[in-house]
Amino acid sequence: MGIVSLLDKTAEPGGPAPSSGTGPQVRDRADVRRQRRLIVVFGIVALLVGYFYLDIDDFEIQYSLAERITKEDRPQPWDTQLMMIVCLVVVVVSLVLALVNRVPRNAWAGVLFVLVGVAFLAAFIIWNFTDQDGAVARTFFNPLPEAMRRSTPLVLGALAGVLCERAGVINIAIEGQFIAGAFFAAVASSLAYSAEMGLVGGIIAGVGIAAMLGVFAMRYHVNQVVLGVVLVAFATGFTSFLLKQIPSDPDIRQYLNAPLILERIAIPGLSDIPVIGLTFFNQTLLVYIMYVSIGLVTFLLYQTKWGLRVRSVGEHPKAADTVGIKVNRVRWQAVLLGGVFAGLGGAFFTVGSNGTFDNGVSANYGFIALAAVIMGRWHPVGGTLAALFFGFMLTIEVQLGQLDRIPPAFIQAMPYIATVIAVAGFVGRVRPPAADGEPYVKS
Amino acid sequence: MSDLEKGPEPREPRRGTPHDPDAEHVDVLDPDAVGGEDAAKQVQASMAAADRPGGPLDLSVYLPTAKVTAGAILIALVIGAVLIAISDDGVIESLSYFTSYPWDFFTRSGDAIWSAYSALVRGSVGSGAAISTTLERSAPLICAGLSVALAFRAGLFNIGGQGQLTIGALCAGYVGFTWDLPSGVHVVAAALAGILGGAVWGGIVGLLKARTGAHEVITTIMFNYIAVAVLTYALSKDAFQRPGSDNPQSLPVADSARLPEIFGVHIGVLLAFLAAGLVWWILERSTLGFELRAVGANADASRTAGMSIPKVYTLAMLLAGALAGLASLSGVLGRGDSLSLSVVGSTGFDAITVALLGRATPLGTVLAGLLFGAMSVGGGAMEAAGTPRELTDVLQALIVLFVAAPALVKGLMRVKESGGGATVMAKGWGS
Repeated sequence: MGIVSLLDKTAEPGGPAPSSGTGPQVRDRADVRRQRRLIVVFGIVALLVGYFYLDIDDFEIQYSLAERITKEDRPQPWDTQLMMIVCLVVVVVSLVLALVNRVPRNAWAGVLFVLVGVAFLAAFIIWNFTDQDGAVARTFFNPLPEAMRRSTPLVLGALAGVLCERAGVINIAIEGQFIAGAFFAAVASSLAYSAEMGLVGGIIAGVGIAAMLGVFAMRYHVNQVVLGVVLVAFATGFTSFLLKQIPSDPDIRQYLNAPLILERIAIPGLSDIPVIGLTFFNQTLLVYIMYVSIGLVTFLLYQTKWGLRVRSVGEHPKAADTVGIKVNRVRWQAVLLGGVFAGLGGAFFTVGSNGTFDNGVSANYGFIALAAVIMGRWHPVGGTLAALFFGFMLTIEVQLGQLDRIPPAFIQAMPYIATVIAVAGFVGRVRPPAADGEPYVKS
Repeated sequence: MSDLEKGPEPREPRRGTPHDPDAEHVDVLDPDAVGGEDAAKQVQASMAAADRPGGPLDLSVYLPTAKVTAGAILIALVIGAVLIAISDDGVIESLSYFTSYPWDFFTRSGDAIWSAYSALVRGSVGSGAAISTTLERSAPLICAGLSVALAFRAGLFNIGGQGQLTIGALCAGYVGFTWDLPSGVHVVAAALAGILGGAVWGGIVGLLKARTGAHEVITTIMFNYIAVAVLTYALSKDAFQRPGSDNPQSLPVADSARLPEIFGVHIGVLLAFLAAGLVWWILERSTLGFELRAVGANADASRTAGMSIPKVYTLAMLLAGALAGLASLSGVLGRGDSLSLSVVGSTGFDAITVALLGRATPLGTVLAGLLFGAMSVGGGAMEAAGTPRELTDVLQALIVLFVAAPALVKGLMRVKESGGGATVMAKGWGS
């Protein structure tokens, strides 16, 4: 019970207890619990980082700012000892702050958590790359461009989810919208012989599933959790049924499932900035659409009259109705607009990346997008950040999976374990929009 | 609150006017306004609103529900028939001369639809062998469906059946092919290991929800992925890897760990029905079941009435996981599948639709499991007759969709009747 006695010591006056009055100070139970949790988490992190540091024999690795070895971008050697020490210091300082209960409570707390997270991740990645046989295995390639691509469907899906749910319609069917979007994007692109038309096909399919969601949720008052699961099953079954109907004869196939893939567009000027240019400004059209969508959804929801209406019908439809807002009309608009984004996200899996549609092409990313909605607390920016986090972890997973520090299966599970820790440890109880999932019936 | 724990709760008189789609969405009282005195009443009122009116033995109560379900199946079959027709080469060919000789179009569509659907029926219940295959296919669907249904009744949405099944199969398989026990003991030990494995995997989610409020939809999804990683890891180890094989695949379990057969099917089928009975007893007759349904109906009121919400969440997920673990036995110990990455197929996800079709009741789940099992087995025969088996997935989704929208079905079938189709489910995200 060392921690408990430690906690008592910090309870003495002079500590930054929440109440700053004079006289004997009684510590809030929640405050004690918070400190204990922080000590445990930071302690585990510090132990792990310390272990990484001691376990490394040779600190020399290589890094490359490019995604693969090119002529102009040779991997550079990098002595990571200093970096490891910095990580260790950050983590230990945080642990000490937690021990003396001086972890800030304002916005700096967030900064500190992010710092600890980044330090841990950096130490973990370095630990994986050091002591590997061969120069290529020791080379850490820039994961950011790939992470940005992988995040694209997740961000778009999360935006769709946020829009629907802020309006009070639960959308578990993001995965279904992805699958339908991916399939019809492939078909549209193959038919029109144009990758951009594929995006249109994806949008139409996403809106189609959104329309089914809308009809059954708002007209027939179907339980929306049920509805979402069923729509995913429907989209999966329907697309695989149609896929089997496409003859394997290549002459016909090229008109139905041989889509063109979106080309990368380097934005002049911006794409020459080191690291940032490669990450953000040398991507496909879909990724640029994703950037615009984040701003658009945030602007629409928080800066326009329509957005206020969307949020109000999601929180208190009756009140909204009383002041003359057409509740179901606003909900329809939000759900259909969400369908546009989700359909675009689905298009990523065919015209945005690999091309041909196949069963399971969306790899359950729709459910990860759903998790991002909840982790982002139903806010477009929060959802985007969560989606970027997932995208980054999924990318790192691919690079680390080829190394032999720890079993690949563990690396494979890493993004999901990280999510559980984040959700259970830091996000905790989240509060959905008050009327989320409740159909509105005028009485 | 001892009166709470006593037997059958009072039920509200049958309510609802014709076309009252909102009936299941009435919030009985504002949760914020709960006073200690009223809590018991409120819990009961919530549950009465959530329950189907009438006693469990009053069969006439089920009639509207049965009609809606039958109507939903019929509409789904009609849509399926259209899909069969438009995907048949002969039919498409006949469309090109439809205006000059339309009769061809109709006969060819009729032929295509008849051959597909008759193959579906023949393949699933057409012979003794088909029926036992159907029963064996249904058993895991029923168990996993019960798992989802039980969690639903506590207001939890268990998408994690897939992961719980995976871990269950892993544990049962490990005991099945590594331990060396006498035959009677071995199968019991393997089965218990599977059930325990699933229970632990589900219980962690319940515990996280109870202790930290981590949303079970997120955590169950994540635990599905983690379970796959655990299985991948295990299959890369010598203890699991089949000697002389490069594929991630284990040995099948020893003969002494196989489920015994009765009436031509393995005992897992019997276990599934027993599990349904047990779940019914837990939900309807035990104190735990009462608390579970109370928390599912109105968590705030239940807390005020003195129930421990964390305990209920943890136990509900533990039981749900155990049922999923039971479902995993059919494959590893029943059919004698070896462990591989596809050992549980998509049973965990299919179970969600099974539970939804069964309206989260044990009897409904059994019937829905039998129906989906039959469709899944018949799909193979249908594919042999020229229609992709994926059609059954579409049919299943449509059936559940229409069952959940009784107003639509009644409108299409011109049934003017009240009642039927109140789905009792997690209302929203919960809290």
